Formats: sequence, C-alpha cells, structure tokens
Amino acid sequence: MPHPRVRTTKLLTRMPRMNRSLPVMDQRGFGETLRRDKWWIANIFVVTVLSSFLAYATWAALQNAFYTHGPYLSPFYSPELFGASPHAWFGPKPSWWPGFIPFSPALIILPVPALFRFTCYYYRGAYYKAFWADPPACSVGEPRKTYLGENSFPLIMQNVHRYALFFSFIFLIFLWHDAYLALWFTDANGVERFGVGVGTIVMFANVSMLSGYTLGCHSMRHLVGGLLDRLSTSPVRKLAYDCSSACNRGHMNWAWVSLFGVALTDVYIRLCAMGVLTDLRII
Amino acid sequence: MTAHTFKVWRGERGTGAFQDYSTDITEGMVVLDAMHQIQAENANDLAIRWNCKAGKCGSCSAEVNGHPKLMCMTRMDELPAHEPVTVEPMRAFPHVRDLVTDVSWNYEQKKRIKKFKPRAPDAPDGTWRMMQADVDRVQEFRKCIECFLCQDVCHVLRDHHKHDEFVGPRHLVYTAALEMHPLDIEDRLGDLKDEHAIGYCNITKCCTTVCPEHIAITDNAIIPLKERVVDSFYDPVVKLVRLLRAKRT
Repeated sequence: MPHPRVRTTKLLTRMPRMNRSLPVMDQRGFGETLRRDKWWIANIFVVTVLSSFLAYATWAALQNAFYTHGPYLSPFYSPELFGASPHAWFGPKPSWWPGFIPFSPALIILPVPALFRFTCYYYRGAYYKAFWADPPACSVGEPRKTYLGENSFPLIMQNVHRYALFFSFIFLIFLWHDAYLALWFTDANGVERFGVGVGTIVMFANVSMLSGYTLGCHSMRHLVGGLLDRLSTSPVRKLAYDCSSACNRGHMNWAWVSLFGVALTDVYIRLCAMGVLTDLRII
Repeated sequence: MTAHTFKVWRGERGTGAFQDYSTDITEGMVVLDAMHQIQAENANDLAIRWNCKAGKCGSCSAEVNGHPKLMCMTRMDELPAHEPVTVEPMRAFPHVRDLVTDVSWNYEQKKRIKKFKPRAPDAPDGTWRMMQADVDRVQEFRKCIECFLCQDVCHVLRDHHKHDEFVGPRHLVYTAALEMHPLDIEDRLGDLKDEHAIGYCNITKCCTTVCPEHIAITDNAIIPLKERVVDSFYDPVVKLVRLLRAKRT
C-alpha cells in the first residue's frame, strides 16, 4: 500500500538523464518539512528589517528637511547634487525638475545604493527566500511547481550588479569625504576648527561599515582579481583580492550592520537637526 | 544508556512510510551507529549505504530530522533527546530502497563537463610550473567527497527536478576547480551558461550550509563562475574592451 504522501512517476518524463526505472520522492507541499528548528525566524527577520528600512528610507528621502546638522550630512542625501543646504554641489532645486515629482536631493542619488543592495548576491538569496519562498528555507517545500531562476527575464537583469557596484563605490568615496568634513566645526566667529562630536563618530562608523560591505562585494572580489587564474603574477591585484575576500567572508554581517548603520546615522542627524538631540562634542 | 525512538523511512521505489524503531543510545554514537543497531536488532532487511564511517566516502548521505546530512557524522547528542529522530533517503534522486537512492545521475553529469586541458608545458622536459598562491584557491574544491548532499538540498533539483537542464552545485564546484586552475586553458563558460544553466542558481546557499567538508560552494565556486559568465555574455563594457584589445593585437 503506497504511503499517501508519495506520488511516484509523474516527474520522470522530465529527467531523461535520470534512472527512469526508479521513481523519485514527491515534491513537498508549501512549507512542508521534517525540520524541527524554527527555520521561519530568519525569514521574519528579513521581511521585517527590509520592509521597515524601505519604508523609513522612502519617508526620509521625501522629507527634504532635517538632513544636515552642522558639518553632518545624512547618508541618504549624500552626495547632495542639488539642494537647499550648504552641502549642495550645484545649488538649489534645478529648474528642469519635473513639477509632478516632489523634489528631494535624496531622490536623485538613492536609486544607486538601492540597486546595489537589490542586486547584491547575499540579499538576493535572502529575499528570494523571505519574500518569494523560493525556497522558503533549505529543504522546506515550495509553493510553486515552475521555476525560471536567474536564467531568464526578469531575474537575469540581476547581472547588472557590477554596474551598481561601480557607482556605489564612487558614492563611498563621497561618504568618506563627508565623514572627514564632520571633523570640522564652524565656531561662533565663522572659523572652521577641528573637532569630534558624537555625530562624527556615527558618520565614521557608518562609512566604515559601508566600506566593509562594498569592498567585500562578490563583484568587487571578481573584478579586483577573481577573474584571473594566475593571481601570483599580479601582486597588487592579489593583495586586493585577498583584502576583498577577507571582507567577503563576513558579507552577510556587513550587509546587515551597514543597513542598520545608514538608517541610524540618518536618524541621529535628523534628531539633532530637529533639536530633539544635542550633539555632544568630545573634542 | 537511554532508549531513543527513530522514525525510519521504509519502502521501495518511491513508495513507503516511516516506521518506528526504538534502540539504546550510548555515549559517542552517531545516527549511522543507531541505524546499524536497528538493522541488527529489529530490521535485518533495512537497506543503508555506508562505507568509511569517517565522513570521507560520502556514502551514508540521508536526511536526518529534515536536514541533509552524513549519518556517520551526525552525533546523537546533537539531536533533541526527547523527540523521535526521523531518517529518510535523499529526495533529489531516484529512490531504490529504504535509505538508499540511486545517485548515478551525478556521474553522468560529470562526464558532460569539459576535461582539464593544460597549456603547453613550461619547461623543455614537458613539465609545468605553478605558484602555490594560484593553486590555493582550487585546492578547496578538491576537498569534495561527492556525498551529493548539496545536490539533494538544492531546490532546483530537489523541488523543481531540473535534472535535465541544471548540473547542480557539486558539478559547479567541479567546474570551478577546472576553470580556475592556473594551468587550464579550456573555456567552459558557454557550457556553464547554456548546457549547465548556472543561471538557475538563485544563491540560497543551502549547498554551502549542508557541505560536510565546509566548502564555501556559493561564495567561492558558484558566484565567481556566475561573474565569469557575466564577463563573457552579459557585460557590454567587458565585451567592448575585449573587442578593442583583439583589434589592437
């Protein structure tokens, strides 16, 4: 008497290279598994954190206010190409900005880091599981019978990741520059003096975490040396590859801490700018 | 010594059911020991494939409490003491009997991968020179014991049964070992994209999680190969650079 959960030969016609005389076990139903651990906790974490971050980042980007405080500039607004703050490169809101889109300096630049994270190899694996249940977790049944993967449109577009990396890397240089500027405070006489505030430390911590994430990117690792079979002939690239590989080993951790770091840096500068917090000067 | 309950999959050719067995567990036992004890005491006809009992032959692959594992490397004291332990065969391959599956599909896939093709010898005596730094990277891939747990847990094979299109993580590791070898000059990128469908991998990292040899399958083999495929087929800038270089030469 066959076990009720077991169907036998239905799938065999799709496996010409498999042993056709022997059936495979059936595909498990959605969420079905013999795992005893709480495999769904990781998915809840991913959905909660990514959704919250997306909601907060969208809200913060649309505010167009409270994004600077003294020498500090929120990472959501950096580089500020056009804007009302002293950090703006090319002056205030441009005349060509479409009237039906609310203006914010963040809207001009945020698509780059957003695309970088969206196409990141780590995040892809995480959100395919958490948002699309493809699969919900390792050895847990899926809701769908069909599968295209990243082999065809639309997910084949994930291969643009390296271009997102190029632009994100340029942004990273600007963020280091912002952190450097956060060391220079203008006193009551209008003279710039070296100083360190809590915000300075927050900005350096943020850009350090973003650097760990960006430099350990799989595409970065490939481009600096991974594409070569004989790295020993290029010592500089070998060094770059080794450094990138070191960051890459903790890529998941860098991805999360840098995400929290960006949001918390914006929150800190926003609260200081709103007068809710007072930025303590250490030096 | 404590009695422990096991739910073991019994049946042939894809049909069957879990059967309960109870056996005494002593300190240091692994799941394979328990299966052998059940075989000796309660079920003489229980089919199990095993060989080295040391995690090096890759024969005793099965699913323990829903996790693809080597039975010989799964210690009983790592499992919940007061719950029955479920043991079932790998689900990505044709079922033969009880805990035994037919993994021969994997050997057929391996034959489809282009063989090692070294460059011309470096020295007049027909030998080559390699730097240790260059072989370090592929050395990791040679730790593979072909237990096929990575193939079993890969949802492309396990759930979507893309066996006729996708070679699976084990063979991507094998391809990476050849493709990144400092002496090898064969081009496998076209095959990776079309014949072996590397694009089906959506980077769930399940293969890395279950690997008993702790090979970073996704980070060190599959993603670097994906990036090389992007270089060759999807990146217009790289294509342009290669075109200009070819014209210059």
